[in-house]
Amino acid sequence: MRYLPLTPADRSAMLDVIGAASVDDLFVDVPQEARLAGPVEGLPLHASELAVERHMSRLAAKNLSAGSAPFFIGAGAYRHHIPASVDHLIQRGEFLTAYTPYQPEIAQGTLQVLFEFQTQVARLFGTDIANASMYDGSTACWEAILMAARITRRNRAVLSGGLHPHYAEVVKTMAKFTGDKIVAGLPELQANCDDSHVIGCIDGETSCVVVQYPDILGRIPDLSAIAEAAHAKGALLVVMVTEPVALGLIEAPGHLGADIVVGEGQSLGVGLQFGGPYLGLFGCREKFVRQMPGRLCGQTVDADGRRGFVLTLSTREQHIRREKATSNICTNSGLCALAFSIHMTLLGGDGLARLARVNHARAQAMVGRVTRVPGVSCLNTTYFNEATLILPKDAREVVRALAEKGVLGGVSLGRLYPGVGGLANGLLVTATETVTDEDIETFATELEGVLA
Amino acid sequence: MTISNTAGWRPTMGDTTAFGEKSITSSGDYALMLEEPLSFEIGGEGKCGVDLDEPEMAPLAGLPLRDAAPELPGLTEPEAVRHYTRLSRQNYAIDLGPFPLGSCTMKHNPRLNEKVARLPGFADVHPLQPQQTVPGALEVIAQLADWLVTLTGMASVAMSPKAGAHGELCGLLCIRAAIEARGETRDTVLVPESAHGTNPATAAFAGFKVESIPATAAGRVDVAALKAKLGPNVAGVMITNPNTCGLFEPEMKAIADAVHAAGGYVYCDGANFNAVVGKVRPGDLGVDAMHINLHKTFSTPHGGGGPGAGPVVLSEALAPYAPLPFVSRGADGVLHLVEEETASADHPDSFGRMVAFHGQMGMFTRALTYILSHGADGLRQVAEDAVLNANYVLRSLEDVLDAPFAASGPCMHEALFSDKGFAAGFSTLDVAKGLIDEGFHPMTVYFPLVVHGAMLVEPTETESKAGLDRFITSLRSLAERAREGDTRLQSAPHFAPRRRLDETLAARKPVLVWKGAPGVPGTPSLSEIGGS
Repeated sequence: MRYLPLTPADRSAMLDVIGAASVDDLFVDVPQEARLAGPVEGLPLHASELAVERHMSRLAAKNLSAGSAPFFIGAGAYRHHIPASVDHLIQRGEFLTAYTPYQPEIAQGTLQVLFEFQTQVARLFGTDIANASMYDGSTACWEAILMAARITRRNRAVLSGGLHPHYAEVVKTMAKFTGDKIVAGLPELQANCDDSHVIGCIDGETSCVVVQYPDILGRIPDLSAIAEAAHAKGALLVVMVTEPVALGLIEAPGHLGADIVVGEGQSLGVGLQFGGPYLGLFGCREKFVRQMPGRLCGQTVDADGRRGFVLTLSTREQHIRREKATSNICTNSGLCALAFSIHMTLLGGDGLARLARVNHARAQAMVGRVTRVPGVSCLNTTYFNEATLILPKDAREVVRALAEKGVLGGVSLGRLYPGVGGLANGLLVTATETVTDEDIETFATELEGVLA
Repeated sequence: MTISNTAGWRPTMGDTTAFGEKSITSSGDYALMLEEPLSFEIGGEGKCGVDLDEPEMAPLAGLPLRDAAPELPGLTEPEAVRHYTRLSRQNYAIDLGPFPLGSCTMKHNPRLNEKVARLPGFADVHPLQPQQTVPGALEVIAQLADWLVTLTGMASVAMSPKAGAHGELCGLLCIRAAIEARGETRDTVLVPESAHGTNPATAAFAGFKVESIPATAAGRVDVAALKAKLGPNVAGVMITNPNTCGLFEPEMKAIADAVHAAGGYVYCDGANFNAVVGKVRPGDLGVDAMHINLHKTFSTPHGGGGPGAGPVVLSEALAPYAPLPFVSRGADGVLHLVEEETASADHPDSFGRMVAFHGQMGMFTRALTYILSHGADGLRQVAEDAVLNANYVLRSLEDVLDAPFAASGPCMHEALFSDKGFAAGFSTLDVAKGLIDEGFHPMTVYFPLVVHGAMLVEPTETESKAGLDRFITSLRSLAERAREGDTRLQSAPHFAPRRRLDETLAARKPVLVWKGAPGVPGTPSLSEIGGS
């Protein structure tokens, strides 16, 4: 077996040192009736690298990869070009095969990256501080609601109808068990976000209001107005950003009154990967630091007075606080944070702003072209790289028909909101820098054919 | 303070040069020991590692535009590659040597797994693509699920949890849903003292009260104490098996039977599954739910702290409550996703959704590749070699390091030692930091809490005998130095990129983000962060 270094002679010599006659003697604590006599039945035996690669490659080849088709899907996961150096660097064994940096003297590489990552996220979000990452955007969103409840000592959260429905489902699922009260609605199929409705839901018992920016339909809510209304009632504003590239163009939520900003960082460096692993981003005001979930990396000095970095404020965390911890999280998303951070470093703030402008221009070109298809209109008056088209028929059928033509033409609102008839004709479409003019033309042509 | 390594002298360099001075380089670097500033300190205005043409576009009416781009300097590709490569060299990693962190299972990460995960058919597929375009992805999930279910002897598996603790949460929520479906309310979960911190934290996160179960002098769960706590309020128990003392719980089946008789469920923390994979099926021991850390037993890379992946195998009793989404094989033999759209027909009792998409697909492809490479026979060999290596460490060191449970028989995949017998003023931490100087990553220290000054060594099966012998020789010498009171040990490490770091300072005056202006090296100053 190519991954197991012990030879039969090694095993025999080691058993002699141990004083055991056989390896089975080492399993004496396992009751005899629970010990399997041989390999688990019904499963194949070991295979060569060649054979396994062949098997897995065949499975991979059954999927239509985004890069091999005109691709317009977003809805919380975005396809961006990842510079080649990102993937090379994250495969450095010293990053890839290191553990959580619990021994900081020999983990300064990981720790300095996390410190840089926290700084990048904070500056992107316009928050004072950020943590070293969470599992993904959806779990970060729930953690933000819990954090707001700890800060305000209230447990009623208002979710804007523009919050990604999967995120809202995660929140509602978790709240069933914790007893938190969740006020949530569906998005209205209208050009502007229904900010006034969200504001109307905030009362004196509300811990926080959660607003996605841009929202699930691609619209841009007025964060300042919502922040003002929330703060007037003693509630916090939690802003969810599923497409961080947008913040190269539109104002940072932290500059518009957000108290906690959470995000899905997959857009930079991580890739689509059929949904995971992704990267939860989490920033907030400095005064809330001790209520924050997740790992934090902080600057300090070593015994010789040199600058160094450590994991810090771990008295919030489960391995110290056990059932009184701010979260049960142990593992975060370190390697994805590294990928995000490298991509961000390659771009820099100016590069990110330019990338954002390219995305918006691509989306303008896409919307301009597909709305010339008879019967198709665009719901949005504002959008970044994603907008909602209104079709003359159920968009689920259209998406499936487009896929038959080799076009990955967006996400139907029917898939995101099953059973909500009023949304069924909505189609969420995205264009990033990876979309070419030819892709847009193919999309429009095939869409016209499918609708004809 | 400057960013250069002015105090970078190492004992290896000798106390003084021939000229009677400490050997200091003008760069602050020492041959292959290279310091690296923050990216913000080396980045500059207008630098970018990505070429992008300025687009033509329509006016940006209606958008709340950012006043200025985020204040983040960029680096060109050569600068970025050098920055991160230099940083990487300040990390210890499995690729450099043994990483014997107990309960963490730091085994070799096969590179085929990385290659496979990067195939465009897996890496470049969107989670919301029409299902007809992703049959291979659904097949990966289904094949891995089949393996996990068969290896554990359980009824089903929830694949979406993002990490071990998230899997624990999934299991406990299934238990809560099952109890609520019976029309009962049970508010307490029993957790042994020796459990990972995530167990009580998860139980609290899931809305339960936590009651602690003591350990016996032999390092096992006190079964009598556990049974005495069972009753109508107890929703279940969370047991780690093999436990965090590195021992199998021989009474597991009896515990499970007692819990079931009292109307509760058994959650097993599967962090230590590597010890028994292919040898024991937890389902045969009465377990109702167990998470499997794919980043431990099935070798997906830890990546400096994640991502993990924590699928949860479930018994018949809990399977109906598993979260969405779900991959299911229809009557026609075709795999399909059960999401909210179809859940009411296919999976009506699901407790809901835990994550936005389908879980850690990138980890599934790696874990399945690992599993197919080993096969049922190879996985069994993994457990046997892991246990053999741990016992070899235990018996090779028990004469110089106190091994509190060694007399009760063999250990499983990890060997537990304590600080008993060290000279006054010498601690487990000193031995751990001494291992750093010896070129090894330390073992897990001060865990489990039930043993004073615990040192938990998990070598894993991917260490050779020669590698273990080197590690044993080093740890033996450190144990002797700690017993003899060699004061040099108390200031270890001496040879690492950093000496011991001031964690109190970091927590007292947290500096969590860089505050300096881009392109200005060397800030903030020591005084700003409260140093002296």
